[in-house]
Amino acid sequence: MAEMLYREALNQALAEEMTRDANVFLIGEEVGLYDGAFKVSQGLLARFGSARVVDTPISELGFCGLGVGAAMVGLRPVVELMTWNFALLAIDQILNNAAKLRHMSGGQLRCPIVFRGPAGAGGRLSSQHSQEFDVVYSHFPGVKVVAPATPSDAKGLLKSAIRDDNPVVMFESERLYAIKGDVPEGELLVPIGKAEVKREGNDVSIITWSRMYYFCEQAAAELEKQGIRAEILDLRTLRPLDEEAIIATVQKTNRVVVVEEGWPLGGFGAQLVDTIQSKAFDYLDGPVQRVTGLDVNMSYAANLENAIQPDAPRIIEAVKKVMYREEA
Amino acid sequence: MSMPILMPALSPTMKEGKITKWLKKEGDKISSGEAVAEVETDKSNLEVEAYEDGYLLKIVVPENESAPVGAPIGYLGEKGEKVEASAQQPKPVAAAPAPAAPAPRPSTPAPAAAQKTSAPAPATPRPQAGPAQVVPFRREGDRRAEEEGRLRASPLAKRIAEERGLDLAALQGSGPQGRIIKRDIEEALTHGAAVPRLAPSLGVPLSVERREPQVVPISSMRRVIAQRLADVKPGVPHFYLTVDIEMDAAMQIRDEAKALDSKVSVNDIVVKAAAIALRRMPKMNVSLQGDQQLQYQNVDVGIAVAIEEGLITPIIRDADQKGLAAISAEARDLAERARKRALKPQEYTGGSITISNLGMFGVDSFVAVINPPQASIVAVGQVAEKAVVRNGQVVVRKIMTSTLSGDHRIIDGALGAEYLRELKGLLEHPMRLLF
Repeated sequence: MAEMLYREALNQALAEEMTRDANVFLIGEEVGLYDGAFKVSQGLLARFGSARVVDTPISELGFCGLGVGAAMVGLRPVVELMTWNFALLAIDQILNNAAKLRHMSGGQLRCPIVFRGPAGAGGRLSSQHSQEFDVVYSHFPGVKVVAPATPSDAKGLLKSAIRDDNPVVMFESERLYAIKGDVPEGELLVPIGKAEVKREGNDVSIITWSRMYYFCEQAAAELEKQGIRAEILDLRTLRPLDEEAIIATVQKTNRVVVVEEGWPLGGFGAQLVDTIQSKAFDYLDGPVQRVTGLDVNMSYAANLENAIQPDAPRIIEAVKKVMYREEA
Repeated sequence: MSMPILMPALSPTMKEGKITKWLKKEGDKISSGEAVAEVETDKSNLEVEAYEDGYLLKIVVPENESAPVGAPIGYLGEKGEKVEASAQQPKPVAAAPAPAAPAPRPSTPAPAAAQKTSAPAPATPRPQAGPAQVVPFRREGDRRAEEEGRLRASPLAKRIAEERGLDLAALQGSGPQGRIIKRDIEEALTHGAAVPRLAPSLGVPLSVERREPQVVPISSMRRVIAQRLADVKPGVPHFYLTVDIEMDAAMQIRDEAKALDSKVSVNDIVVKAAAIALRRMPKMNVSLQGDQQLQYQNVDVGIAVAIEEGLITPIIRDADQKGLAAISAEARDLAERARKRALKPQEYTGGSITISNLGMFGVDSFVAVINPPQASIVAVGQVAEKAVVRNGQVVVRKIMTSTLSGDHRIIDGALGAEYLRELKGLLEHPMRLLF
């Protein structure tokens, strides 16, 4: 077990897979000479050369399309988006091309490509650069979507994503890159489509993914002091959804809080609530609660930015509600 | 313009109500929906609430005094407004209209009908000014079961109850709006408060359709019989039939119920048998109301419950459809709430027969007075070991003496005797209850 930063774990995954398979290459803005906008690709240019670590102009649609073309002919591109907000320019390549090629070619074409980069609030980046896209990409068949919370999952899922023969969208977070965590030594492959119980508990299930996991841990620690043992299920993958794990935790605790960074209307959490009510209805002891970002554009002001995002107190409040323990 | 607050009719048999407490003083501001006074009726204590905003101008019926249904008990109006002098005096009780026999709706009245009873009986003199409507204030406890007639329980609670054979209706929910949640079930299981559900659940079994009674034309012969007998015995002319019933087999049911952790009393078994007998003999399931004879479509059996202030007869609806455990649980619930005077009017109106049991006091036999508009009542004595002759031998049997009182205007002796024979047969061979 080695302790490392989330960005270091990603770097390790890239280096290991590029070493293992000569078809793997990294492409994106500032991934080479600058060592990556968030230093995920640090040292890779020096190690693998400019043919496999490719700096691009500011042209998301262009380099995403280039990646899709490369994947069609047998390479395994990893396309780094400086943030997922910029991928709005390239969404046609991701969702209309990469996600559909296998289908449109009647199975003749594969598109083994990874699109990755930070999503969500990064810290005073205001409304255009703080968005979650969980529900946008998860909505489309034809892509897999992963959103690891820990360095270990980041490494294991990125490696699995690179080896997958289908397009994989990977959401990271600027605020996760500097998170430290234990990463197992040696080959680490985290299967896509498998959630993980990160904390065991019997009283309530908190279902979350990505950065919100840490707020859930804070809330669970506080709740434990108050005698409530919360289970935290980290989805890790949003598509395909690990319904089995979701049903299992609902069956265990009978009460659920879904925590997501994104907006409430049509959010990914709403899908989880539907899955729960349709597949685990008889195990519910009360309505599922959602904790989401507020239904507004992200503010630049730090105090407002914090107020808009879910935090531990809001999660605790929701847990008490599903536990029928609202404070007087 | 001041508006009178009228004494509401809170039950079909209520003629007058006593104000036990004014919750507002003269001059107090009242919002629509607020309770203004507590009223004691012949059956229950209920709060009444105002339907209009305003100020309580005048209290005309002071605490501990009674007013007939439909009479003003107070006046609402604008602040500082004067109440017209003529309106200030309550009508004397004697002027109260005799509420006609309960409306011909012996099946459970819709809750809404029971609440909005401000409309006085037809003959009530209505004051000129539009009366401020008053409706009984529903108690918190009533709300739970009454709201949409549905029981709130979490899906999990329902599933556990199903698995454990528990009757959710017997539990008190601690969740929002009385929702029964997992912890309520767990508590009930731990404290043994849960009632095993071995039969259709307490309350309204969903499978039973409630149907309005049919109005049956009265034959001219019947009409003459009714008139003649009423001349001889004014009111409800009673006749009495008495039988001894061997309860040895029925008592075994009680013991077997104990083995199932189910408490079933002799009375529960009698209720069940009386209901089955009634189902088999629909001619007994009737009621004479005014000059109409009603044929009930459902089998509802009343149970006489002694309470501190007197007597009340809550009704077990569709008792023929319910298992003993359900009847038992329901009887206990009704009796308990009767003692707290928390029964709703629809819980003690309707039905065609009542079981009155004084066996627990060691009474061997007695005759009971019919509770109109019901048509009969069965007075049940104690189950006692007696020496009886069977096949020329003196043997000991558990004997319960029962006396049927029938309303002779619509039931004849032969019909009553047939009914008693059926009841006796069912109790002596309780396996017949299954058929």
